[in-house]
Amino acid sequence: MAISRARRNRIAELGAHVILLTFAVIALFPVLLILINSLKTKKAIFRQPLEFPTSETLDLVGYSTVLQQGNFPLYFWNSLFVTGASLCLILLFGAMAAFALSEYRFRGNRLMGLYMALGIMIPIRLGTVGILRLMVTTDLVNTHWALILVYTAQGLPLAIFILSEFMSTVSSDLKSAGRIDGLSEYSIFFRLVLPLIRPAMATVAVFSMIPIWNDLWFPLILAPAEHTKTLTLGAQVFVGQYSNNWNAILAAMALAVIPVLILYTLFSRQLIRGLTSGAVK
Amino acid sequence: MELEQDLMVSERKKKPFRWHVLVFLAPAVIVYTMIMILPLAETLRFSFFQRDTITQAISFVGLENYIKLFFDPYWVEPFLNSLWNNCYFFLIHMLVQNPIGILIAALLSMVHLPGKKLYRIAIFMPTLLSFVVVGFVWKLMLSPLWGVSKGLMKSVGVGSWYLPFLGKEETALTTLSLISVWQFIGIPMMLIYAALLSIPDEVIEAAECDGVTGISQFFKIKLVLILPTIGIISILTFVGNFNAFDLIYTTQGPLAGPNFSTDLLGTILYRTFYGQQLQPGDPNMGAAIATVMFFIILTGVAIYLFFIQRKLTRYEM
Repeated sequence: MAISRARRNRIAELGAHVILLTFAVIALFPVLLILINSLKTKKAIFRQPLEFPTSETLDLVGYSTVLQQGNFPLYFWNSLFVTGASLCLILLFGAMAAFALSEYRFRGNRLMGLYMALGIMIPIRLGTVGILRLMVTTDLVNTHWALILVYTAQGLPLAIFILSEFMSTVSSDLKSAGRIDGLSEYSIFFRLVLPLIRPAMATVAVFSMIPIWNDLWFPLILAPAEHTKTLTLGAQVFVGQYSNNWNAILAAMALAVIPVLILYTLFSRQLIRGLTSGAVK
Repeated sequence: MELEQDLMVSERKKKPFRWHVLVFLAPAVIVYTMIMILPLAETLRFSFFQRDTITQAISFVGLENYIKLFFDPYWVEPFLNSLWNNCYFFLIHMLVQNPIGILIAALLSMVHLPGKKLYRIAIFMPTLLSFVVVGFVWKLMLSPLWGVSKGLMKSVGVGSWYLPFLGKEETALTTLSLISVWQFIGIPMMLIYAALLSIPDEVIEAAECDGVTGISQFFKIKLVLILPTIGIISILTFVGNFNAFDLIYTTQGPLAGPNFSTDLLGTILYRTFYGQQLQPGDPNMGAAIATVMFFIILTGVAIYLFFIQRKLTRYEM
Protein backbone atom coordinates (compact mmCIF):
# COMPACT_ATOMS: atom_id res chain seq x y z
CA MET A 1 0.00 0.00 0.00
CA ALA A 2 2.65 2.42 1.13
CA ILE A 3 4.87 1.47 -1.78
CA SER A 4 2.20 2.00 -4.37
CA ARG A 5 1.44 5.37 -2.90
CA ALA A 6 5.07 6.38 -3.04
CA ARG A 7 5.24 5.24 -6.61
CA ARG A 8 2.14 7.21 -7.46
CA ASN A 9 3.74 10.27 -5.94
CA ARG A 10 6.86 9.64 -7.99
CA ILE A 11 4.77 9.49 -11.17
CA ALA A 12 2.84 12.62 -10.23
CA GLU A 13 6.09 14.45 -9.59
CA LEU A 14 7.48 13.36 -12.93
CA GLY A 15 4.32 14.63 -14.61
CA ALA A 16 4.70 17.94 -12.80
CA HIS A 17 8.26 18.25 -14.07
CA VAL A 18 7.21 17.54 -17.63
CA ILE A 19 4.49 20.21 -17.54
CA LEU A 20 6.70 22.79 -15.83
CA LEU A 21 9.52 22.10 -18.25
CA THR A 22 7.15 22.65 -21.17
CA PHE A 23 6.07 26.01 -19.82
CA ALA A 24 9.64 27.02 -19.08
CA VAL A 25 10.66 26.17 -22.65
CA ILE A 26 7.71 28.13 -24.06
CA ALA A 27 8.72 31.10 -21.91
CA LEU A 28 12.38 31.03 -22.93
CA PHE A 29 12.21 29.87 -26.55
CA PRO A 30 11.33 33.18 -28.28
CA VAL A 31 14.08 35.09 -26.50
CA LEU A 32 16.64 32.38 -27.18
CA LEU A 33 15.61 32.38 -30.83
CA ILE A 34 16.29 36.12 -31.09
CA LEU A 35 19.64 35.84 -29.34
CA ILE A 36 20.99 33.03 -31.51
CA ASN A 37 19.71 34.46 -34.79
CA SER A 38 21.09 37.90 -34.06
CA LEU A 39 24.54 36.34 -34.45
CA LYS A 40 23.95 34.76 -37.84
CA THR A 41 24.14 35.69 -41.50
CA LYS A 42 20.94 36.66 -43.23
CA LYS A 43 20.94 33.45 -45.22
CA ALA A 44 21.29 31.35 -42.11
CA ILE A 45 18.53 33.27 -40.33
CA PHE A 46 16.10 32.16 -42.99
CA ARG A 47 17.51 28.71 -43.84
CA GLN A 48 18.24 27.35 -40.37
CA PRO A 49 16.47 29.59 -37.87
CA LEU A 50 16.62 26.98 -35.13
CA GLU A 51 20.32 26.23 -35.29
CA PHE A 52 23.05 27.78 -33.21
CA PRO A 53 25.52 29.90 -35.18
CA THR A 54 28.50 27.98 -36.49
CA SER A 55 31.80 29.41 -37.68
CA GLU A 56 30.33 29.51 -41.17
CA THR A 57 27.12 31.29 -40.31
CA LEU A 58 28.43 33.61 -37.61
CA ASP A 59 27.93 37.25 -38.59
CA LEU A 60 27.86 40.32 -36.40
CA VAL A 61 26.74 42.72 -39.13
CA GLY A 62 23.46 43.36 -37.29
CA TYR A 63 25.23 44.64 -34.21
CA SER A 64 27.55 46.87 -36.18
CA THR A 65 24.56 48.35 -38.05
CA VAL A 66 22.76 49.05 -34.80
CA LEU A 67 25.77 50.60 -33.16
CA GLN A 68 26.58 52.74 -36.19
CA GLN A 69 23.11 53.89 -37.14
CA GLY A 70 21.22 54.01 -33.92
CA ASN A 71 21.92 56.22 -30.99
CA PHE A 72 21.65 53.22 -28.71
CA PRO A 73 24.25 54.21 -26.12
CA LEU A 74 22.40 57.51 -25.68
CA TYR A 75 19.01 55.78 -25.46
CA PHE A 76 20.42 53.39 -22.93
CA TRP A 77 21.76 56.24 -20.83
CA ASN A 78 18.40 58.04 -21.07
CA SER A 79 16.53 54.96 -19.86
CA LEU A 80 19.05 54.43 -17.09
CA PHE A 81 18.86 58.03 -15.93
CA VAL A 82 15.08 58.28 -16.06
CA THR A 83 14.57 54.96 -14.31
CA GLY A 84 17.24 55.62 -11.70
CA ALA A 85 16.07 59.11 -10.83
CA SER A 86 12.43 58.04 -10.67
CA LEU A 87 13.31 55.13 -8.40
CA CYS A 88 15.24 57.39 -6.01
CA LEU A 89 12.35 59.81 -5.78
CA ILE A 90 9.76 57.04 -5.39
CA LEU A 91 11.74 55.40 -2.60
CA LEU A 92 12.58 58.61 -0.74
CA PHE A 93 9.19 60.32 -0.99
CA GLY A 94 7.31 57.04 -0.66
CA ALA A 95 9.17 56.03 2.51
CA MET A 96 8.72 59.47 4.04
CA ALA A 97 4.99 59.50 3.37
CA ALA A 98 4.61 55.90 4.52
CA PHE A 99 6.41 56.81 7.75
CA ALA A 100 4.14 59.80 8.34
CA LEU A 101 1.03 57.73 7.69
CA SER A 102 2.01 54.75 9.82
CA GLU A 103 3.84 56.51 12.65
CA TYR A 104 1.77 59.54 13.54
CA ARG A 105 -1.85 59.92 14.37
CA PHE A 106 -3.32 63.08 12.97
CA ARG A 107 -6.65 64.19 11.70
CA GLY A 108 -7.31 62.94 8.17
CA ASN A 109 -4.68 60.22 8.40
CA ARG A 110 -6.95 57.46 7.10
CA LEU A 111 -8.40 59.70 4.43
CA MET A 112 -4.92 60.62 3.25
CA GLY A 113 -4.04 56.93 3.05
CA LEU A 114 -7.10 56.25 0.91
CA TYR A 115 -6.33 59.24 -1.28
CA MET A 116 -2.83 57.96 -1.98
CA ALA A 117 -4.14 54.42 -2.54
CA LEU A 118 -6.45 55.62 -5.31
CA GLY A 119 -3.50 55.68 -7.65
CA ILE A 120 -2.83 51.96 -7.26
CA MET A 121 -5.98 51.11 -9.16
CA ILE A 122 -6.33 54.01 -11.56
CA PRO A 123 -3.79 54.10 -14.37
CA ILE A 124 -2.02 57.43 -14.69
CA ARG A 125 -2.24 57.03 -18.45
CA LEU A 126 -5.85 58.19 -18.39
CA GLY A 127 -4.69 61.64 -17.36
CA THR A 128 -2.41 61.93 -20.38
CA VAL A 129 -4.35 64.82 -21.92
CA GLY A 130 -3.96 66.84 -18.72
CA ILE A 131 -0.35 65.76 -18.17
CA LEU A 132 0.68 66.82 -21.66
CA ARG A 133 -0.92 70.24 -21.15
CA LEU A 134 0.84 70.60 -17.82
CA MET A 135 4.20 69.67 -19.35
CA VAL A 136 3.64 72.07 -22.25
CA THR A 137 2.83 74.98 -19.94
CA THR A 138 5.81 74.25 -17.69
CA ASP A 139 8.03 73.76 -20.75
CA LEU A 140 9.07 70.28 -19.69
CA VAL A 141 8.18 68.46 -22.91
CA ASN A 142 11.15 66.57 -24.31
CA THR A 143 13.08 66.68 -21.07
CA HIS A 144 13.99 63.84 -18.76
CA TRP A 145 12.16 65.56 -15.96
CA ALA A 146 8.77 65.18 -17.62
CA LEU A 147 9.23 61.42 -17.54
CA ILE A 148 10.78 61.34 -14.09
CA LEU A 149 7.91 63.31 -12.56
CA VAL A 150 5.27 61.16 -14.24
CA TYR A 151 6.94 57.92 -13.19
CA THR A 152 7.39 59.17 -9.65
CA ALA A 153 3.70 60.01 -9.40
CA GLN A 154 2.86 56.64 -10.94
CA GLY A 155 5.07 54.67 -8.55
CA LEU A 156 4.29 56.47 -5.30
CA PRO A 157 0.88 54.94 -4.46
CA LEU A 158 2.06 51.33 -4.51
CA ALA A 159 5.33 52.25 -2.79
CA ILE A 160 3.49 53.98 0.05
CA PHE A 161 1.09 51.07 0.37
CA ILE A 162 3.81 48.41 0.59
CA LEU A 163 6.18 50.47 2.74
CA SER A 164 3.60 51.46 5.33
CA GLU A 165 2.78 47.78 5.84
CA PHE A 166 6.44 47.22 6.65
CA MET A 167 6.83 50.40 8.72
CA SER A 168 4.21 49.19 11.14
CA THR A 169 6.32 46.11 11.87
CA VAL A 170 9.29 48.19 13.08
CA SER A 171 9.36 47.89 16.86
CA SER A 172 8.01 50.93 18.64
CA ASP A 173 10.40 50.34 21.58
CA LEU A 174 13.28 51.18 19.31
CA LYS A 175 11.69 54.43 18.24
CA SER A 176 10.78 55.34 21.84
CA ALA A 177 14.34 54.65 22.88
CA GLY A 178 15.53 56.93 20.13
CA ARG A 179 13.16 59.67 21.27
CA ILE A 180 14.31 59.36 24.87
CA ASP A 181 17.89 59.70 23.66
CA GLY A 182 16.85 62.98 22.13
CA LEU A 183 16.87 62.01 18.47
CA SER A 184 14.75 64.25 16.28
CA GLU A 185 11.91 62.73 14.30
CA TYR A 186 14.02 63.12 11.18
CA SER A 187 16.94 61.16 12.57
CA ILE A 188 14.56 58.50 13.85
CA PHE A 189 13.30 58.10 10.30
CA PHE A 190 16.61 58.29 8.47
CA ARG A 191 18.85 56.54 10.99
CA LEU A 192 16.60 54.02 12.70
CA VAL A 193 13.69 53.16 10.45
CA LEU A 194 15.11 53.39 6.92
CA PRO A 195 17.93 50.88 7.49
CA LEU A 196 15.43 48.42 8.94
CA ILE A 197 13.08 48.48 5.98
CA ARG A 198 15.78 48.04 3.36
CA PRO A 199 14.39 44.67 2.18
CA ALA A 200 10.98 46.25 1.59
CA MET A 201 12.65 49.10 -0.28
CA ALA A 202 14.33 46.56 -2.56
CA THR A 203 10.96 44.95 -3.28
CA VAL A 204 9.41 48.31 -4.10
CA ALA A 205 12.38 49.23 -6.29
CA VAL A 206 12.07 46.08 -8.36
CA PHE A 207 8.31 46.41 -8.69
CA SER A 208 8.49 50.05 -9.75
CA MET A 209 11.44 49.58 -12.05
CA ILE A 210 9.92 47.12 -14.51
CA PRO A 211 7.03 49.28 -15.77
CA ILE A 212 9.20 52.40 -15.91
CA TRP A 213 11.98 50.77 -17.90
CA ASN A 214 9.54 49.17 -20.33
CA ASP A 215 7.08 52.04 -20.77
CA LEU A 216 6.41 53.13 -24.31
CA TRP A 217 3.39 55.43 -23.87
CA PHE A 218 4.91 58.38 -22.01
CA PRO A 219 8.22 58.51 -23.90
CA LEU A 220 6.16 58.50 -27.09
CA ILE A 221 3.98 61.37 -25.94
CA LEU A 222 6.11 63.44 -23.58
CA ALA A 223 9.68 62.93 -24.77
CA PRO A 224 9.93 61.67 -28.35
CA ALA A 225 12.90 63.92 -29.22
CA GLU A 226 16.12 62.24 -30.27
CA HIS A 227 18.06 63.41 -27.22
CA THR A 228 15.49 62.13 -24.72
CA LYS A 229 14.40 58.87 -26.38
CA THR A 230 14.45 55.95 -24.01
CA LEU A 231 15.73 52.54 -25.02
CA THR A 232 12.21 51.19 -25.41
CA LEU A 233 11.11 53.98 -27.71
CA GLY A 234 14.44 54.00 -29.53
CA ALA A 235 14.19 50.28 -30.25
CA GLN A 236 10.60 50.74 -31.42
CA VAL A 237 11.56 53.50 -33.84
CA PHE A 238 14.66 51.70 -35.03
CA VAL A 239 12.73 48.53 -35.80
CA GLY A 240 10.19 50.57 -37.74
CA GLN A 241 12.92 52.18 -39.85
CA TYR A 242 14.89 49.03 -40.52
CA SER A 243 11.94 46.74 -41.00
CA ASN A 244 13.63 44.85 -43.85
CA ASN A 245 17.05 44.52 -42.31
CA TRP A 246 16.59 41.37 -40.28
CA ASN A 247 20.13 41.32 -38.95
CA ALA A 248 19.73 44.82 -37.59
CA ILE A 249 16.28 44.18 -36.07
CA LEU A 250 17.38 41.00 -34.35
CA ALA A 251 20.51 42.69 -33.03
CA ALA A 252 18.48 45.64 -31.74
CA MET A 253 16.10 43.25 -29.98
CA ALA A 254 19.01 41.33 -28.51
CA LEU A 255 20.60 44.55 -27.26
CA ALA A 256 17.31 45.54 -25.64
CA VAL A 257 16.96 42.14 -23.98
CA ILE A 258 20.51 41.58 -22.75
CA PRO A 259 20.59 44.24 -19.98
CA VAL A 260 17.26 42.95 -18.68
CA LEU A 261 18.51 39.37 -18.70
CA ILE A 262 21.71 40.32 -16.87
CA LEU A 263 19.84 42.28 -14.21
CA TYR A 264 17.30 39.50 -13.87
CA THR A 265 19.87 36.77 -13.32
CA LEU A 266 21.59 38.98 -10.75
CA PHE A 267 18.46 39.99 -8.88
CA SER A 268 16.04 37.15 -9.53
CA ARG A 269 16.41 35.95 -5.96
CA GLN A 270 15.48 39.32 -4.44
CA LEU A 271 12.69 39.77 -6.95
CA ILE A 272 11.14 36.41 -6.28
CA ARG A 273 11.60 36.80 -2.56
CA GLY A 274 9.87 40.17 -2.79
CA LEU A 275 6.99 38.71 -4.74
CA THR A 276 6.54 35.84 -2.36
CA SER A 277 7.22 37.87 0.77
CA GLY A 278 4.82 37.14 3.55
CA ALA A 279 5.24 33.47 2.87
CA VAL A 280 8.36 32.92 4.93
CA LYS A 281 8.94 29.24 4.93
CA MET B 1 -6.06 59.64 38.99
CA GLU B 2 -6.21 63.39 39.19
CA LEU B 3 -2.58 63.64 38.42
CA GLU B 4 -3.08 61.48 35.37
CA GLN B 5 -5.85 63.74 34.13
CA ASP B 6 -3.71 66.78 34.76
CA LEU B 7 -0.95 65.24 32.75
CA MET B 8 -3.28 64.51 29.90
CA VAL B 9 -4.70 68.01 29.85
CA SER B 10 -1.32 69.64 29.97
CA GLU B 11 -0.10 67.34 27.22
CA ARG B 12 -3.01 68.26 25.01
CA LYS B 13 -2.44 71.94 25.63
CA LYS B 14 1.28 71.82 25.10
CA LYS B 15 1.24 69.84 21.87
CA PRO B 16 2.73 72.16 19.26
CA PHE B 17 2.05 71.82 15.58
CA ARG B 18 4.05 68.85 14.36
CA TRP B 19 5.88 70.26 11.36
CA HIS B 20 7.76 67.04 10.73
CA VAL B 21 4.52 65.24 9.78
CA LEU B 22 3.95 67.84 7.12
CA VAL B 23 7.54 67.62 5.92
CA PHE B 24 7.33 63.85 5.62
CA LEU B 25 4.06 63.92 3.75
CA ALA B 26 4.48 66.97 1.55
CA PRO B 27 6.78 65.78 -1.27
CA ALA B 28 4.76 62.65 -2.04
CA VAL B 29 1.40 64.39 -1.77
CA ILE B 30 2.51 67.31 -3.93
CA VAL B 31 4.01 65.23 -6.73
CA TYR B 32 1.10 62.80 -6.70
CA THR B 33 -1.51 65.55 -6.70
CA MET B 34 0.18 67.73 -9.29
CA ILE B 35 1.12 65.02 -11.77
CA MET B 36 -1.61 62.46 -11.27
CA ILE B 37 -4.77 63.74 -9.64
CA LEU B 38 -4.99 67.23 -11.12
CA PRO B 39 -4.26 66.09 -14.70
CA LEU B 40 -6.89 63.37 -14.27
CA ALA B 41 -9.40 65.98 -13.13
CA GLU B 42 -8.24 68.26 -15.92
CA THR B 43 -8.86 65.46 -18.41
CA LEU B 44 -12.40 65.02 -17.10
CA ARG B 45 -12.98 68.77 -17.39
CA PHE B 46 -11.42 68.91 -20.84
CA SER B 47 -13.93 66.40 -22.15
CA PHE B 48 -16.69 69.03 -21.86
CA PHE B 49 -14.91 71.45 -24.20
CA GLN B 50 -14.36 71.49 -27.93
CA ARG B 51 -12.37 73.53 -30.41
CA ASP B 52 -14.41 75.34 -33.00
CA THR B 53 -13.34 74.17 -36.47
CA ILE B 54 -13.54 77.67 -37.96
CA THR B 55 -12.58 80.12 -35.24
CA GLN B 56 -10.24 77.67 -33.44
CA ALA B 57 -11.59 78.99 -30.14
CA ILE B 58 -12.13 76.45 -27.38
CA SER B 59 -15.51 76.67 -25.75
CA PHE B 60 -17.69 74.76 -23.33
CA VAL B 61 -19.95 72.32 -25.17
CA GLY B 62 -21.48 70.35 -22.32
CA LEU B 63 -22.03 66.70 -23.12
CA GLU B 64 -21.60 67.13 -26.85
CA ASN B 65 -18.42 65.06 -27.05
CA TYR B 66 -20.11 62.22 -25.20
CA ILE B 67 -23.21 62.44 -27.38
CA LYS B 68 -20.96 62.22 -30.42
CA LEU B 69 -19.07 59.31 -28.94
CA PHE B 70 -22.18 57.31 -28.11
CA PHE B 71 -24.57 58.25 -30.95
CA ASP B 72 -22.66 59.47 -33.98
CA PRO B 73 -22.05 56.34 -36.10
CA TYR B 74 -18.66 57.72 -37.12
CA TRP B 75 -17.56 57.49 -33.49
CA VAL B 76 -19.75 54.87 -31.90
CA GLU B 77 -18.86 52.03 -34.26
CA PRO B 78 -15.11 52.10 -33.67
CA PHE B 79 -15.71 52.79 -29.99
CA LEU B 80 -18.00 49.79 -29.51
CA ASN B 81 -15.65 47.70 -31.61
CA SER B 82 -12.73 48.54 -29.33
CA LEU B 83 -14.82 48.05 -26.21
CA TRP B 84 -15.90 44.62 -27.38
CA ASN B 85 -12.32 43.73 -28.36
CA ASN B 86 -11.17 44.85 -24.93
CA CYS B 87 -13.76 42.62 -23.21
CA TYR B 88 -12.62 39.70 -25.34
CA PHE B 89 -8.99 40.47 -24.52
CA PHE B 90 -9.86 40.41 -20.82
CA LEU B 91 -11.90 37.21 -21.16
CA ILE B 92 -8.97 35.36 -22.77
CA HIS B 93 -6.72 36.47 -19.92
CA MET B 94 -9.20 35.27 -17.32
CA LEU B 95 -9.75 31.93 -19.07
CA VAL B 96 -6.16 31.18 -20.05
CA GLN B 97 -3.70 33.21 -18.00
CA ASN B 98 -5.16 32.75 -14.56
CA PRO B 99 -6.02 29.01 -14.70
CA ILE B 100 -2.60 28.21 -16.16
CA GLY B 101 -1.01 30.44 -13.53
CA ILE B 102 -2.82 28.48 -10.83
CA LEU B 103 -1.80 25.19 -12.41
CA ILE B 104 1.88 26.17 -12.57
CA ALA B 105 1.82 27.46 -8.99
CA ALA B 106 0.18 24.26 -7.78
CA LEU B 107 2.75 22.13 -9.56
CA LEU B 108 5.58 24.28 -8.20
CA SER B 109 4.33 23.83 -4.67
CA MET B 110 4.24 20.07 -5.26
CA VAL B 111 7.71 19.52 -6.65
CA HIS B 112 10.48 18.96 -4.12
CA LEU B 113 13.52 19.25 -6.30
CA PRO B 114 16.07 22.01 -6.78
CA GLY B 115 14.87 22.51 -10.37
CA LYS B 116 11.89 24.36 -8.98
CA LYS B 117 13.74 27.64 -8.68
CA LEU B 118 14.84 27.46 -12.30
CA TYR B 119 11.28 26.89 -13.48
CA ARG B 120 10.12 29.94 -11.59
CA ILE B 121 12.90 32.10 -12.97
CA ALA B 122 12.27 30.91 -16.53
CA ILE B 123 8.50 31.27 -16.49
CA PHE B 124 8.64 34.71 -14.89
CA MET B 125 11.24 36.03 -17.33
CA PRO B 126 8.89 37.29 -20.12
CA THR B 127 7.15 39.59 -17.61
CA LEU B 128 10.30 41.68 -17.47
CA LEU B 129 10.60 42.21 -21.20
CA SER B 130 9.44 45.41 -22.77
CA PHE B 131 6.40 45.34 -25.02
CA VAL B 132 8.59 46.38 -27.91
CA VAL B 133 10.65 43.24 -27.54
CA VAL B 134 7.67 40.99 -26.91
CA GLY B 135 5.73 42.46 -29.81
CA PHE B 136 8.50 42.18 -32.33
CA VAL B 137 9.75 38.81 -31.23
CA TRP B 138 6.32 37.32 -31.76
CA LYS B 139 5.70 39.28 -34.90
CA LEU B 140 8.89 37.89 -36.38
CA MET B 141 8.17 34.36 -35.19
CA LEU B 142 4.64 34.35 -36.58
CA SER B 143 5.61 36.08 -39.78
CA PRO B 144 5.12 34.00 -42.91
CA LEU B 145 8.41 35.46 -44.16
CA TRP B 146 10.37 33.69 -41.45
CA GLY B 147 9.35 30.07 -41.46
CA VAL B 148 9.89 29.48 -37.74
CA SER B 149 6.35 28.95 -36.56
CA LYS B 150 5.36 27.11 -39.71
CA GLY B 151 8.38 24.86 -39.38
CA LEU B 152 7.64 24.19 -35.72
CA MET B 153 4.01 23.40 -36.43
CA LYS B 154 5.05 21.06 -39.22
CA SER B 155 7.38 19.23 -36.89
CA VAL B 156 4.47 18.40 -34.57
CA GLY B 157 2.29 17.45 -37.51
CA VAL B 158 -0.07 20.42 -37.68
CA GLY B 159 1.68 22.32 -40.44
CA SER B 160 -1.54 22.70 -42.39
CA TRP B 161 -3.02 24.73 -39.52
CA TYR B 162 -0.53 27.50 -40.04
CA LEU B 163 -2.00 30.89 -40.81
CA PRO B 164 -0.45 34.35 -40.75
CA PHE B 165 -2.09 34.65 -37.34
CA LEU B 166 -1.43 38.34 -36.79
CA GLY B 167 -2.48 39.28 -40.30
CA LYS B 168 -5.94 37.75 -40.37
CA GLU B 169 -8.90 39.55 -38.89
CA GLU B 170 -10.34 36.38 -37.37
CA THR B 171 -7.20 35.33 -35.50
CA ALA B 172 -5.28 38.54 -34.80
CA LEU B 173 -6.96 39.51 -31.53
CA THR B 174 -6.85 36.00 -30.08
CA THR B 175 -3.19 35.73 -31.04
CA LEU B 176 -2.37 39.05 -29.38
CA SER B 177 -4.27 38.05 -26.24
CA LEU B 178 -2.28 34.84 -26.05
CA ILE B 179 0.98 36.73 -26.56
CA SER B 180 -0.01 38.97 -23.67
CA VAL B 181 -0.81 35.87 -21.60
CA TRP B 182 2.62 34.50 -22.47
CA GLN B 183 4.16 37.72 -21.23
CA PHE B 184 2.28 38.08 -17.96
CA ILE B 185 1.70 34.50 -16.81
CA GLY B 186 4.47 34.98 -14.25
CA ILE B 187 2.44 37.35 -12.12
CA PRO B 188 -0.48 35.04 -11.23
CA MET B 189 2.01 32.21 -10.89
CA MET B 190 4.09 34.08 -8.32
CA LEU B 191 1.20 35.51 -6.32
CA ILE B 192 -0.62 32.19 -6.12
CA TYR B 193 2.57 30.32 -5.34
CA ALA B 194 3.13 32.71 -2.42
CA ALA B 195 -0.46 32.24 -1.27
CA LEU B 196 -0.12 28.47 -1.43
CA LEU B 197 3.08 28.59 0.61
CA SER B 198 1.40 30.65 3.29
CA ILE B 199 -1.23 27.98 3.98
CA PRO B 200 -0.20 26.63 7.37
CA ASP B 201 0.95 23.02 7.67
CA GLU B 202 -1.65 22.31 10.35
CA VAL B 203 -4.47 22.86 7.87
CA ILE B 204 -2.93 20.47 5.38
CA GLU B 205 -2.17 17.91 8.10
CA ALA B 206 -5.73 18.11 9.37
CA ALA B 207 -6.99 17.54 5.84
CA GLU B 208 -4.71 14.56 5.43
CA CYS B 209 -5.95 13.08 8.71
CA ASP B 210 -9.45 13.33 7.33
CA GLY B 211 -8.31 11.52 4.22
CA VAL B 212 -8.49 14.55 1.93
CA THR B 213 -5.40 14.33 -0.26
CA GLY B 214 -4.11 15.01 -3.72
CA ILE B 215 -6.38 16.68 -6.23
CA SER B 216 -9.44 16.80 -4.01
CA GLN B 217 -7.31 18.40 -1.30
CA PHE B 218 -6.28 21.06 -3.80
CA PHE B 219 -9.81 21.89 -4.92
CA LYS B 220 -11.57 21.55 -1.57
CA ILE B 221 -9.05 23.23 0.68
CA LYS B 222 -6.19 25.05 -0.98
CA LEU B 223 -8.19 26.65 -3.76
CA VAL B 224 -10.75 27.95 -1.26
CA LEU B 225 -8.02 29.41 0.91
CA ILE B 226 -6.36 31.24 -1.98
CA LEU B 227 -9.60 32.73 -3.36
CA PRO B 228 -8.73 36.23 -2.06
CA THR B 229 -5.47 36.10 -4.03
CA ILE B 230 -7.36 35.01 -7.14
CA GLY B 231 -9.66 38.00 -6.60
CA ILE B 232 -6.69 40.38 -6.44
CA ILE B 233 -5.19 38.84 -9.56
CA SER B 234 -8.49 39.23 -11.40
CA ILE B 235 -8.75 42.92 -10.60
CA LEU B 236 -5.10 43.49 -11.51
CA THR B 237 -5.74 41.74 -14.82
CA PHE B 238 -8.85 43.85 -15.38
CA VAL B 239 -7.10 47.16 -14.79
CA GLY B 240 -4.10 46.11 -16.88
CA ASN B 241 -6.22 44.88 -19.78
CA PHE B 242 -8.52 47.87 -20.00
CA ASN B 243 -5.47 50.08 -20.06
CA ALA B 244 -3.51 48.02 -22.60
CA PHE B 245 -1.96 49.81 -25.53
CA ASP B 246 1.72 49.01 -25.96
CA LEU B 247 1.49 45.47 -27.27
CA ILE B 248 -1.03 46.40 -29.96
CA TYR B 249 0.97 49.48 -30.91
CA THR B 250 4.23 47.59 -31.29
CA THR B 251 2.85 44.64 -33.25
CA GLN B 252 0.03 46.14 -35.28
CA GLY B 253 0.79 49.87 -35.25
CA PRO B 254 -1.55 52.66 -34.14
CA LEU B 255 -4.21 51.58 -36.64
CA ALA B 256 -4.63 48.28 -34.77
CA GLY B 257 -4.88 46.26 -37.96
CA PRO B 258 -5.95 44.27 -39.80
CA ASN B 259 -9.01 46.46 -40.31
CA PHE B 260 -9.18 47.55 -36.65
CA SER B 261 -9.74 43.97 -35.53
CA THR B 262 -7.27 44.43 -32.65
CA ASP B 263 -8.37 47.92 -31.65
CA LEU B 264 -8.54 48.35 -27.87
CA LEU B 265 -9.65 51.35 -25.83
CA GLY B 266 -6.01 52.34 -25.37
CA THR B 267 -5.27 52.41 -29.10
CA ILE B 268 -8.46 54.29 -29.95
CA LEU B 269 -7.54 56.83 -27.26
CA TYR B 270 -4.11 57.24 -28.78
CA ARG B 271 -5.47 57.66 -32.32
CA THR B 272 -8.14 60.10 -31.28
CA PHE B 273 -5.72 62.12 -29.23
CA TYR B 274 -2.94 62.20 -31.81
CA GLY B 275 -4.86 61.84 -35.02
CA GLN B 276 -4.25 59.30 -37.76
CA GLN B 277 -3.67 59.35 -41.47
CA LEU B 278 -6.90 61.08 -42.53
CA GLN B 279 -7.97 62.80 -39.38
CA PRO B 280 -6.28 65.42 -37.20
CA GLY B 281 -5.88 64.84 -33.49
CA ASP B 282 -8.72 65.81 -31.21
CA PRO B 283 -7.60 66.14 -27.58
CA ASN B 284 -11.10 66.91 -26.37
CA MET B 285 -12.60 63.74 -27.83
CA GLY B 286 -9.54 61.93 -26.50
CA ALA B 287 -10.35 63.30 -23.07
CA ALA B 288 -13.91 62.03 -23.42
CA ILE B 289 -12.66 58.54 -24.27
CA ALA B 290 -10.19 58.64 -21.38
CA THR B 291 -13.06 59.63 -19.08
CA VAL B 292 -15.14 56.69 -20.26
CA MET B 293 -12.17 54.38 -19.67
CA PHE B 294 -11.77 55.91 -16.23
CA PHE B 295 -15.35 55.05 -15.35
CA ILE B 296 -15.09 51.54 -16.78
CA ILE B 297 -12.03 50.87 -14.62
CA LEU B 298 -13.63 52.54 -11.61
CA THR B 299 -16.74 50.39 -12.02
CA GLY B 300 -14.63 47.25 -12.21
CA VAL B 301 -12.65 48.20 -9.11
CA ALA B 302 -15.85 49.14 -7.23
CA ILE B 303 -17.52 45.83 -8.12
CA TYR B 304 -14.44 44.06 -6.85
CA LEU B 305 -14.20 46.04 -3.61
CA PHE B 306 -17.87 46.04 -2.68
CA PHE B 307 -19.14 42.73 -3.98
CA ILE B 308 -16.36 40.27 -4.62
CA GLN B 309 -13.94 41.13 -1.86
CA ARG B 310 -16.72 41.26 0.75
CA LYS B 311 -18.10 37.88 -0.27
CA LEU B 312 -14.71 36.24 -0.03
CA THR B 313 -14.13 35.07 3.46
CA ARG B 314 -10.65 35.75 4.62
CA TYR B 315 -9.36 32.92 6.72
CA GLU B 316 -6.94 33.93 9.41
CA MET B 317 -3.85 31.98 8.66
